[in-house]
Amino acid sequence: MTVTVAWYMTLAATLFVIGGAGLLLRRNALVMFMSIELMLNSVNLSFVAAGRALGNLDGQVASLFVMVVAAAEVTVGLAIIVMVFRKRSTASVDELSGMKG
Amino acid sequence: MNPELVVFIVFAVAALAGAITLVAARNPVYSAMGLLLTMVSMAVFYVLNDAHFVAVVQVLIYAGAVMTLFLFVIMLIGVDKEESREEKIPFQRPIVGVLAAGLILLVILAGRTAWVVFDNGVTPVGTIENVADELFGTWMLPFQATILLLTIAAVGSLALARYEGKLRDTLADTTEESAAEGAGGDA
Repeated sequence: MTVTVAWYMTLAATLFVIGGAGLLLRRNALVMFMSIELMLNSVNLSFVAAGRALGNLDGQVASLFVMVVAAAEVTVGLAIIVMVFRKRSTASVDELSGMKG
Repeated sequence: MNPELVVFIVFAVAALAGAITLVAARNPVYSAMGLLLTMVSMAVFYVLNDAHFVAVVQVLIYAGAVMTLFLFVIMLIGVDKEESREEKIPFQRPIVGVLAAGLILLVILAGRTAWVVFDNGVTPVGTIENVADELFGTWMLPFQATILLLTIAAVGSLALARYEGKLRDTLADTTEESAAEGAGGDA
């Protein structure tokens, strides 16, 4: 029994769904952010697995670009979370209803 | 049983356990540890897929730098505060369950259709040389764009940190509530 690309795709999809559920369920902004990271990682896994199955390196290059974008996102997102925390003393997104109409 | 299958099963279980810990743990530090476990398992999967350079980058940047940054912010914000489990949006959990089940169904449905025909030809191994040839050849312009993106992100987070004091003064004039909180958070 060999590990085919479908196994990796299934695992990536499962991790993506778990990350999405975490994003919708949790209220701590940091945990929501980590769930987004999990979703990005699972997409990377599917890119790399598909790249091997296709016989070229495009999947790996795409996952490198995703990593760069994720790093930039983490920098700005954590800065925003820290700024909100200093102003509101909470990291819960339930409290952040200042833009409610 | 071939070795790849054994390694896949062991680390797939580890990755799923890490992901579930991330979502279910009450303490954000435990969540971060779960994510760390998932990321290291991902690096193992990259090695299994001949993507050695991506695996190294995964361990160095994700498991190293990004998780350290996350833990730093968790410690800064305070780990002692428990998240309240009280639901403010009605039926949030059932809705999430339905959405997750729908997404799984969609993925299974999509998996039944073959969009891409895989040829089982010879795959180039993702060594640094091969990835660099691809990155600095075909993908030169997107690579330059990421340089711009990273610079913008660094300048943006600096600007957020610098701008905060000015913004608090402005808000203090307009609303009394943020003035009281701003003074409290200043200490």
